[in-house]
Order: sequence, then C-alpha cells, then structure tokens
Amino acid sequence: MNEQTLQEQPMIEIRGLVKQFGSFHALEGIDLTIAKGTVFGFVGPNGAGKSTTMAILATLMAPSSGYAKVDGYDVSVNPHEVRKRIGYMPDFFGVYDQFKTTEYLHFYGASYGIPKAEREVLIPQLLELVNLSDKKDAYVDTLSRGMKQRLCLARCLVHDPELLILDEPASGLDPRARIEMREILKELKAMGKTIIISSHILPELAEMVDEIGVIEHGSMVAVGNVADIQNRLRVKRFLHVRLLGREEEAESFLRDQPYVNRLLRDDKGWQIHFGGHDEEQAMLLESLMAAGFRVVSFSEAQTNLEDVFLEITRGGGGAE
Amino acid sequence: MRRNETRGRLGRFDLINPVLDKEIKLRMRSPRTMWTLFFYLLAIGFLAFVAIYLTQELSGRNGAAFNPEQSKMLFYFLTMAQLGLVAFMAPGLTAGVISGEREKQTLNLLLTTQQSSATIIISKLLSSLSFMVLIVLSTIPIYSMVFLYGGISPKQLVLVFLFYLFIMLTLGSIGIFFSTLLKRTMLSVISTYGVTLFIFAGTAMLYFVMLSITTNYYYSQPAGSGSTYNWVGHIIAMNPVAALMSILEPSLSDQVFMVHRNAGPVRGEAPMPLWLEFMLAYTIISAIALWIAVRKLRPVSRRRR
Repeated sequence: MNEQTLQEQPMIEIRGLVKQFGSFHALEGIDLTIAKGTVFGFVGPNGAGKSTTMAILATLMAPSSGYAKVDGYDVSVNPHEVRKRIGYMPDFFGVYDQFKTTEYLHFYGASYGIPKAEREVLIPQLLELVNLSDKKDAYVDTLSRGMKQRLCLARCLVHDPELLILDEPASGLDPRARIEMREILKELKAMGKTIIISSHILPELAEMVDEIGVIEHGSMVAVGNVADIQNRLRVKRFLHVRLLGREEEAESFLRDQPYVNRLLRDDKGWQIHFGGHDEEQAMLLESLMAAGFRVVSFSEAQTNLEDVFLEITRGGGGAE
Repeated sequence: MRRNETRGRLGRFDLINPVLDKEIKLRMRSPRTMWTLFFYLLAIGFLAFVAIYLTQELSGRNGAAFNPEQSKMLFYFLTMAQLGLVAFMAPGLTAGVISGEREKQTLNLLLTTQQSSATIIISKLLSSLSFMVLIVLSTIPIYSMVFLYGGISPKQLVLVFLFYLFIMLTLGSIGIFFSTLLKRTMLSVISTYGVTLFIFAGTAMLYFVMLSITTNYYYSQPAGSGSTYNWVGHIIAMNPVAALMSILEPSLSDQVFMVHRNAGPVRGEAPMPLWLEFMLAYTIISAIALWIAVRKLRPVSRRRR
C-alpha cells in the first residue's frame, strides 16, 4: 500500500458485526467507518452494545460474525497488529496497588516492548500530560479515582497508539476530574489521535466530538456529525420563550401554533421543540406579539448531544 | 515522535520478561509472602523436631549412637511431610493467578498489550514456581539436621528436591489451567485442590481397590497359568507419594507390579521405574493443561486470509 492509500484508509471499519451470547444478541450487524484523526462519540443507553463493540475492537472478544478492522487489520485475524495500534481504557478497570505510578507505567511500557532507556524519558512526559507528575513516587492505591483514571489514560498512551478506545472514561468522576479529563482529551485530539469515546461525558465533549454514533439494542440508529443528525431529526431546534403574565392563555396559544411539536413548561417559561426554520421561528414571534403577549425573551436553545441522543432513542428520530 | 518502530523488540533491553518481573515484584512486596514463608518453615520445623524427638525417644539411645536406619526414616518422614506441604501450597499459589487478575479487572489491560498468551501464562507459572522453590530451598537448613545423623546421600537429597520441582510444576500447571478456564478464583481453587486430592489419595485408593480385585482374580486361576505381571502398578505410578518413594527405595517399582499367588508372591517386573512413569505421564498432562490455558486466555483468532 502506498502512503496515500494508507492515509485514506479508515482507522476503524466495521461491517455486519454480530455478537451473540447464547441466545442474546448483543450486536445485530453493526456497520461503522471512522476516519483517521476523528474523535467519535459513541452514545447509547446501558446494555446497548457500546462496550461489546469496544471490547471487540480491543481484541478482547471475538465477533460471532462480520468483521472489525483497525487501520486495515482485522481484529480476529491480526490481533497482534491491532494491539500495537490501540490504547484501550475499559469502563471498569483495576490497578496493581503495590506499584508506584512510574513502576506501573514502566510495566506496561515494557509489555509493549519499549526499551528501558526510552521509557525513562517517556514516562515523566506522560505523567506531565495527565497532571500526575507530583505523584510519580506515590503508590497506586493511594491515588484518588480521578487520578487512577488519568493514570490509566497515560497507560493507554505509553506505546503511542494511533487509536484510543475509551469506554466511559469519566464515569464516577467528580465535576472537577471530568473537566481535567476533558482537557487531556482535547490535547490528545490536537495531537491527531483517533479517539472513540463512549457515553456520559458526551454532553460536555460536544465541542470536541467530530462525529457521533448512536447505538440501541445492538444496532446503530444514527451516525454522523452532530449538526447532520440534528438536521435529519424531526426536531429542528429548541426554543426558549419567557412571557409576562397570561400564562394559561399563552400556553394554549403556543400549543396551537404550527411547527410546535412539543411544549415543556419550567419555572422560567416554556421550552418548545420547534419543527420549523428561521422563517417559521420569526413568524411565531410575530404571532405572539400580535396576540398582545408581553415577550420577555425568545431565544434558540443550544442543542446538545444529550438532546439528540434522547430524541433518537425515544424513537422520534429515524435519522438513518 | 513515532515509537511504533520499536515494537517487536519485546524485552530486548530488559533482563527478564515484564510480566515475570511484575509478578515477582508484586509478590515480594506483599506481607502475605512473608507470612507464608514463616508458617511454612514453622510447620516443617515443628514436624522435624517432633520426628527427631520421637525417633530418639523410641530408640532409647538418646541420640548418642550413630544409627543410619533411624536417620533414613527421619529423612523419609521429612521428605513426605514436605511433599504434603508442597501439595497444599502449589494449588493455593497458582489457582488464582489468572482468575485473580480477572476479578481485579486488570486482565483486560494485560491482554491488550503485546505480550503473547504463552508469555503471560508461562510467566505466571514461573513466578509462582520461583516462590515455591524459595520456600522449599529455605527448608534446607532443617534437612541439614538429618545429615548430622548420617545415612543419607547428597544425591538422594538432590533427587528429592528435583522431584519437588516437578510436582510444583505439575500442580502449578493444573492450577493455572483452572484459573484460566474458570471465571471465579474460588471455583478454580476448589477444582485444583480436588484434582490434587485425587492425584494423592484417589490414585492410591484406586490402586488398592484394583489390587484387591486382581489378586482375587489371580487366586481363582490355576497355579502356573495367567500373567505374572500386574497392570495395576500403572495406577500407583500416577501417585506422587509412590513415585517419590520409588526414588528413595528403587525396589518399590518392582513390588507394585508383583502378582501375589497361592504359593506366595511371584516375580514382578516394572516396565520402568515408578518415578519415571509418573514424570512421563504428568509431563504430558502439564503440557496439555498449559496449552489449553494459553489457547483459552484470549479469544480464538481466525486464520489469516
């Protein structure tokens, strides 16, 4: 393969991937392509098949049928080549408590065949990247959960993999630790890594995710960038309206307006799932004014990944 | 910086394999290791002193005179006691090495590294083995007491220790086999102890039952007819105690293949010494156990297309 072909080759190529556990179908024929350098958000409720897909990509599970390729290498045929290219962080993981942080990274570095002299230079850099330089001589069991998550991320990076498979890396972290994790992931994105990351942290990662894939009951229900998926959804946008007085009358009025698909009331006003575009949005404001309602605010709410996810998995999407 | 080019030079710049290095380091840092060693030596020391006391008391010589037979009995006693302790220790040390990593949720991380399944399994076995060797070697000072009384050759001592090494390897392989196949350490430990019990007690019981049946059969045959070779000897050849005894008392091998007839025992001829048959059989069993463990550690790869 020449260099151009290698560049064009997707980092992940999954076709017809099926995984069965007895009579239970965890994956029902997934197709997915992720280009190199993409940060891919993998969304889905618990038990949808995210972790199974990731475990197959990490060579920890054999597919029942179909195939998954990483950088052109089939995970079932060339697992050794695949392991060279991936850094895997599972949703639940343990650490060797009686190791110091540097020893922990030395062990994994040696397990990837990195010579000791090279590791001596590399490990301080990795600890710096994950903000654990001050803990280099600490025993792993003395680290907080957030620190252990970051140490595990450093472990993923020890062999400089091209693809990072991060299964819920921020689960169980406090808000501060989540922000730290997000900042590290931004740095990794800037380094050109391909990252596949699942679930909870997604709403916070909206600005760094290039594409999302929504999985439910073992099938991909939507794949694409966030804006594309939003456009393909019945709900085009979310509006927030706040009026002064005549609340009961206003609610009835809004409900009768065209393109208003859903109306949710909160203590600050109404959230409208609006099916129209700019023109229709402007018309709604004009109607409110014409009907004599006193409009305090009328704004378009930022759609986040969580809204998209909920909309799709509610069955209202049908985006793909 | 591209570092992928360094892949494939696994362990080239490290003196020992990283998994083995990790195993030894973590084991020696655990307080449990020190206590295991302490209680093992306490047990074997206690048994040795009790044996010395009893042999001296029963002989009535007060240890003043040289008695090679007595010293030999003491050596046999210590040797068998140590075999029992090794059989008790080996499953405990190996039956959790893989399932334990699985329960601690560290196995998946290890399996995504470049270490091959064979390297991981063999390193785990060697690490447990090296600790067992340390424990057994640390009992040498206790054995040296036997030398004070004479009657034992250094060659016998070396052979006995080599036999221990072999039995540790065998029971260790069985422990790792169950540890890889079974998800829970508790189940793995129970299964390994079950197999160990069968190897030690089950084979002996089976031998005595079969010996009784075949002896009755030979009695019912007319004198001078039938085989002079009793195949049930092969059953006791699977027993470590008998195999070890055959090193200490080579005549035992012929005795277990002997046929008892009306006119007293007839000639018995072992096809090979018991210890050799034992080693051949268990080398094959250990190799199969390790091979299955290596195959089952990771999902099976498809053939290259």
